[in-house]
Amino acid sequence: MVELVFALLVFALAFAVGYRLIVRVPQMLHTPLMSMTNAISAVVVLGAMALLAAERPPIQLVLVSVAVLAAAFNIIGGFAITGRMLGMFRSDSAARRATARKGGGS
Amino acid sequence: MNQSLHLVLDLLVIGILIGGIHRFRAPATARQGNRLAAAALALGAALTLWRNGLVHPGALAAAVIIGGGIGRRLAVRVTMVQIPAMVAFQHGAGGLAASLVAYVELVAVSHGAAAVHQVSGLAGVLIGAATFSGSLVASAKLSGRMRATPIIVPGHGLAAVVLTIAAVGIGLLALGPAATSNTASLLLAAILAVGLGLLLAVRIGGADMPVLISFLNATAGLAAAACGIILQDHLLIAFGATVAASGSILTHVMCRAMNRRLATVFVGQQGEANFRPFEIFHRSEAATLHKEAPVSTPAREARAVQDPLAQAAAALAQAQRVVIIPGYGMALAQAQFNTARLAAQLTARGKSVRFAIHPVAGRMPGHMHVLLAEADVDYEMLWEMEAINDDFRQTDVALVVGACDVVNPAAISVEGTPLSGMPILMAHQARTVVVCNLDRNPGYSGVENPLYDEPGTILLLGDARQSTADLLEKTAES
Repeated sequence: MVELVFALLVFALAFAVGYRLIVRVPQMLHTPLMSMTNAISAVVVLGAMALLAAERPPIQLVLVSVAVLAAAFNIIGGFAITGRMLGMFRSDSAARRATARKGGGS
Repeated sequence: MNQSLHLVLDLLVIGILIGGIHRFRAPATARQGNRLAAAALALGAALTLWRNGLVHPGALAAAVIIGGGIGRRLAVRVTMVQIPAMVAFQHGAGGLAASLVAYVELVAVSHGAAAVHQVSGLAGVLIGAATFSGSLVASAKLSGRMRATPIIVPGHGLAAVVLTIAAVGIGLLALGPAATSNTASLLLAAILAVGLGLLLAVRIGGADMPVLISFLNATAGLAAAACGIILQDHLLIAFGATVAASGSILTHVMCRAMNRRLATVFVGQQGEANFRPFEIFHRSEAATLHKEAPVSTPAREARAVQDPLAQAAAALAQAQRVVIIPGYGMALAQAQFNTARLAAQLTARGKSVRFAIHPVAGRMPGHMHVLLAEADVDYEMLWEMEAINDDFRQTDVALVVGACDVVNPAAISVEGTPLSGMPILMAHQARTVVVCNLDRNPGYSGVENPLYDEPGTILLLGDARQSTADLLEKTAES
């Protein structure tokens, strides 16, 4: 019971902190955000790995392996696409300001 | 192993993830955020291996190499127009993984697990399964493998309710101390959930896709968190919860921007079967409602004989302030590159050029921004609706490229249409409006767009890629 309460507490806290941060994500980054959180949701791969830490009958082994396959597809693909998309966002004016600031500091 | 040490390590990994998400507040730091989130996941995997060991290294390695390899190949090839279909497909993969993990956990170790844990495992199985099938439908609709129009079967809403009750009921009965006896009924419950996902997704049409895809984002996270509760793994719970939070926010933003309630998107409006936008809202009616200063017939004919392309190019040449409004039609016509070139050319001639982007333009949240980023548009030129809407009064030319509903003034001035009350971009307030749309048919809402009939509107109908190319050529001459 204590474990369950703690689990729900972890959920509520993570949801609340995530909510506060994600509300501030600008609209322009909403597609990369969704692509990245999609990769994060494949965190179930950790659960699948834990299931592979014990002997499993063949049918379960197959099911868990399919889960790992789908999750790995999500994680590798998701982070790679997000990185690609974010690489496309460029701003000459922002870059100029950044270099100007750096130049002024030195 | 010391339990508090494990807790500290878990919190550390969660902290890294949070740090990654925090960096998504600006484009300049977002790449770093993406890497931090990936690092958090890798650390979580290392931690899991260290804690539990591994009995089946071959199966794990094979699955990771195959799945990761496919993901990597697709990630390199996918174009920004295909992004919504790809992301929807990935939501489905996440749902499938969550469903399978929760299922195996339930049938393998339900002997000792407390009832609440089992219920949470069932939630993981059902939500994951429904996310899986719903996402595949969404992906098929977004990639054009399936028609994007809503499919409504008789008794659609009732069927969804019955399926939900049946899946949950059979699933709950399947739970219990006898682990081996419940696999079949649990499987049946999962299949019913797959059916539910299909049923909910098929009735959602083209422009409602941003809502569906955001919602599936949230359910994929929720399924992962539910898995975390039965597995008693804090990382799964926390990571899943942040994804659920993100998906919820995006769903809310999309619904608000479309002036729709989530329930109406999924269940439909009352009497929708009889809904005929054309009968409710005729063009003649629109014309009378929107002509504050009707143009006299001779003036109108005089305008009609002029070449609209020449008119549009002249308006752009004289303009000081230009606002470009892209819509999904720009993506469909692959006009983003020409549009970007046009913007660059006008900027080079000393004009102020900005893009005004409606939250639901495109097929997923932020879709227009990545399309324009791909076309090399400086992201500081991309303005959100709230920030730019007051400036349309001082705008010389509003250039609409493949957008209809998001600039439809009927949303403000006419009651009782599906658009009524939806926030729009105030393109009609600009001195001149140039519209590069395929035709003058209504958008997804089915509501006629009176903007097309305004005296200050120049219509360049046809393929937007061609229209923008023509404009580019013509303005270069002048």
